[in-house]
Amino acid sequence: MELAEEKLNEHHLDENKVVAVVVRFAGDSGDGMQLTGANFTQATALYGNDLSTFPDFPAEIRAPIGATFGVSAFQIYFGAEEVTTAGDALDVLVAMNPAALITNVANLVDGGLVIVDTGAFTAKNLTKAKYATNPLEDGSLDRFRLLEIDISSQVLKAVEPYNLGHKAGLRCKNMWTLGLVMWLFDRDRNPTIQNLRSKFAKAPDLAEANVAALNAGHAYGETAELPSGIHVYKIPKAKVAPGTYRNVTGTTALAWGLIAGAELAGVELLFASYPITPASNLLHELSNRKEFRVNTFQAEDEIAAVCAAIGASFAGALGITSSAGPGIALKAEGIALAAATELPLVIVNTQRGGPSTGLPTKTEQSDLNMAMFGRHGDTPMPVIASSTSTDCFEVAIEAVRLATKYMTPVMLLSDGYLANAAEPWKIPDVANLIPFPVKHYDEVVGFKPSLRDVKTLARVWAKPGTPGLEHRIGGIERSYDSGDISYDPENHQRMTNLRKDKIKGIAADIPLQEVCLGNQSGKLAVVGWGSTFGAIHQAVKRARHEGLDVSHIQVRYLAPFPRNLGELLRGFDAVLVPEMNTGQFVRLIRADFLIDAESLSKVAGQPFKIGEILAAIHAKYASLNPQTKVASNAKREQVK
Amino acid sequence: MNQALPTLTVKDYTSDQEVRWCPGCGDYAILKTMQKLMPELGKPKENQVFISGIGCSSRFPYYMNTYGFHTIHGRAPAVATGVKLANPELDVWVITGDGDGFSIGGNHMLHVLRRNVDLQILLFNNEIYGLTKGQYSPTSQLGTRSPSSPRGSIDLPLSPCAVALGAGGSFVARSIDTEAKHLSEVVTRGHAHKGAAFIEILQNCPIYNDGIFEQVKDKKLAPDHRVELQHGKPIIFGSNSEKAIKLNRDTLALEVIQIAGKENQILVHDENNRVLANMLALMRGPDFPVAIGVIYREDKSSFIEDTHQQLLKTRVARGNLQQLLGSGHTWVVE
Repeated sequence: MELAEEKLNEHHLDENKVVAVVVRFAGDSGDGMQLTGANFTQATALYGNDLSTFPDFPAEIRAPIGATFGVSAFQIYFGAEEVTTAGDALDVLVAMNPAALITNVANLVDGGLVIVDTGAFTAKNLTKAKYATNPLEDGSLDRFRLLEIDISSQVLKAVEPYNLGHKAGLRCKNMWTLGLVMWLFDRDRNPTIQNLRSKFAKAPDLAEANVAALNAGHAYGETAELPSGIHVYKIPKAKVAPGTYRNVTGTTALAWGLIAGAELAGVELLFASYPITPASNLLHELSNRKEFRVNTFQAEDEIAAVCAAIGASFAGALGITSSAGPGIALKAEGIALAAATELPLVIVNTQRGGPSTGLPTKTEQSDLNMAMFGRHGDTPMPVIASSTSTDCFEVAIEAVRLATKYMTPVMLLSDGYLANAAEPWKIPDVANLIPFPVKHYDEVVGFKPSLRDVKTLARVWAKPGTPGLEHRIGGIERSYDSGDISYDPENHQRMTNLRKDKIKGIAADIPLQEVCLGNQSGKLAVVGWGSTFGAIHQAVKRARHEGLDVSHIQVRYLAPFPRNLGELLRGFDAVLVPEMNTGQFVRLIRADFLIDAESLSKVAGQPFKIGEILAAIHAKYASLNPQTKVASNAKREQVK
Repeated sequence: MNQALPTLTVKDYTSDQEVRWCPGCGDYAILKTMQKLMPELGKPKENQVFISGIGCSSRFPYYMNTYGFHTIHGRAPAVATGVKLANPELDVWVITGDGDGFSIGGNHMLHVLRRNVDLQILLFNNEIYGLTKGQYSPTSQLGTRSPSSPRGSIDLPLSPCAVALGAGGSFVARSIDTEAKHLSEVVTRGHAHKGAAFIEILQNCPIYNDGIFEQVKDKKLAPDHRVELQHGKPIIFGSNSEKAIKLNRDTLALEVIQIAGKENQILVHDENNRVLANMLALMRGPDFPVAIGVIYREDKSSFIEDTHQQLLKTRVARGNLQQLLGSGHTWVVE
């Protein structure tokens, strides 16, 4: 299906009662936009809104100042209702320079608020952003509310007492802007002030200068005469289940899930990895958590990383390796060794735009084919995917469970969006997590490395250091009976079948597929996997408000599929599969279940917008039911 | 801690697998020497782990009645690093060849040596690819005729010991497949060394590169073509011990001298001297004898030991998962 977008009929700032807002902070990659966004997120969570964030930054560490390709942005959607995406269109855009304006203004709703630092709209910066005329003067921003402030000079005035000098003083611009936006949405500045004082504990002057800038921005909102229609917006608190909450990114949740998995399994982890965007943060987080059952190893390359992980698993620990697409490709031979020798291994793929170097900092789901099929030989393995940042915690535990219980490599798919996006997380009670203790084999009598559990078909895990269990394993085909090298034709057939059946059998050990929103059968099912969850969920919700019979199904287990998935999908007249690739998952569904599922593909390095999925739902629904086609068209006319 | 170990013999270290190397292969001799030596090292058998890559030599672990892992081409050092990180109590041996260790796996070899990972690395160097049927390897001499170099190879070879030294190796030695006594001594010292012990074993391939080391192995020829290094001893060779190695201090190069009348010029081997070690490692015919023995050794920090020291320090207070999940900024919804 062609990707089209429906502009959602939203002008939040004009509503009598503003219940949800999308704010985007955009500036140079050195302007501190990510820090600004993180602090605003924290204040928003503490305020009691539901929220979702989307850090969107360039691959360049420090691009030339003022360049469009160096624009770093942080988007947050927050409100009184359930929030599952970072939002389609912007209500508020903070543009620290012309490049930040030109790359983001197209996403601002009519009547939206744009805050600019006039001090950065110099002739030089306008040229770098390829503006022929100054947008602040040529009327091109007339359909927005424009708040022009010489932030640069305001900041320099505010930090003057701290004698930072011109350059360092201007560095506080982000905090001044944050102060202003905090005023706009009635956020508490105190947590940010605490953060600044602890971040700059060794340079108290710098901390206080930043605090002064933050307060000055806030005071500006309170005292300056602002254009009409710009005032404090009080967004009601979201109704959420009682409990203790925190914000968490997918990377953090995944790291903690692996730690929890190790505790529940009762094994040591060796996390062996090689730095690669956007997967490196997982290595950073785990490197700092060695008080748990975790050791980390920064290997010399991707291949060494997977091999060291396999070595650790042979020695009785659980080897885990992690990378993004290009690195996972390099690990393929190692993964097959783990499958052949039946050793546990978890491989985390934080997917990014491909092929080759592709879009290192942008998100995509295009490694599904590689996860499913990217190995030599008949080498099946479980593949699971996390759907949200908080879901990464559970999925990581599940990967550890499957790997250790079935003695198999397990591929865990995350992506660049999930890795960096933060959302509130109701902190789970560790006591409620179900342990799955690992037992290393130690029975000397009758031991063979080929012994296996009759039910799971998992091979025994006998670790070096155990007296009497000395044995050899390797990549050469092994005898089903003895575990010794075997080139016997019948044995290879038997072992190939065994490997297939073992993975297939996992379907009996995973939950049945559920419908997460809507009816169990009906007209249209929108089926997703991975980080498309949020956009699909909101789109289906809106479609259901319109009275359409649409259900949302989000699949975590991609191999093997839940045993009821085919039957469930057959209960719908039509199946629509949005995914950030050219249709990899939809092909699996079509092939496995002979269902005429339709693909909705997007590979722009950006997550789906709600409006894009809603448009596809309308189009698909209309093709199923001529009456609704009219209604749907009429609705779209209205929007235009 | 001083538990008496049962007395083991060569039989205890011999697996039930039929050995499948070609008749006359140098690997048989190395295997026998290792099976005999293991009981003498006096370590628990269950703590011995042999990790190999791919190639003729890499079949070695199947024949040792210890823990063994026949992995993938070139990656044995990386797998071995993982094993040793997971359980530092284990004695981890890497069995590799010239192609496995220095062609496809060159990067891993470089890094285990640089990090000084506690491993014993036995590199069987036969200067040819055996298992793939005779192509030239990164140690093949220039002009080697092979199925992939019918007019003679034009790849310049590397010297495994010199590369190991360049990578920062802390124990670099060379021995010969059929010299059981010498090999045992060198391996014993390598085993006692803290860190990566790199041992190049010159090994004859009777099928694809027969006789390539004849000069250093043949009883009659060897005295003139090899020199056995011993720490603190003058470097002397020749059938009548009439020749020696001298360091020319003007050219900073080694020379072969006739000893008569020049006794005071003979170079004394200092295995702690890296510069000297490099010159000795690179000696080769026809002008120089090939050096065998421990070429270089130094004590330096071991990656495995340091890793576990760091872990122990960090784990003085074990982590509490519930505390971790609730760390940082949290808020309560009533």
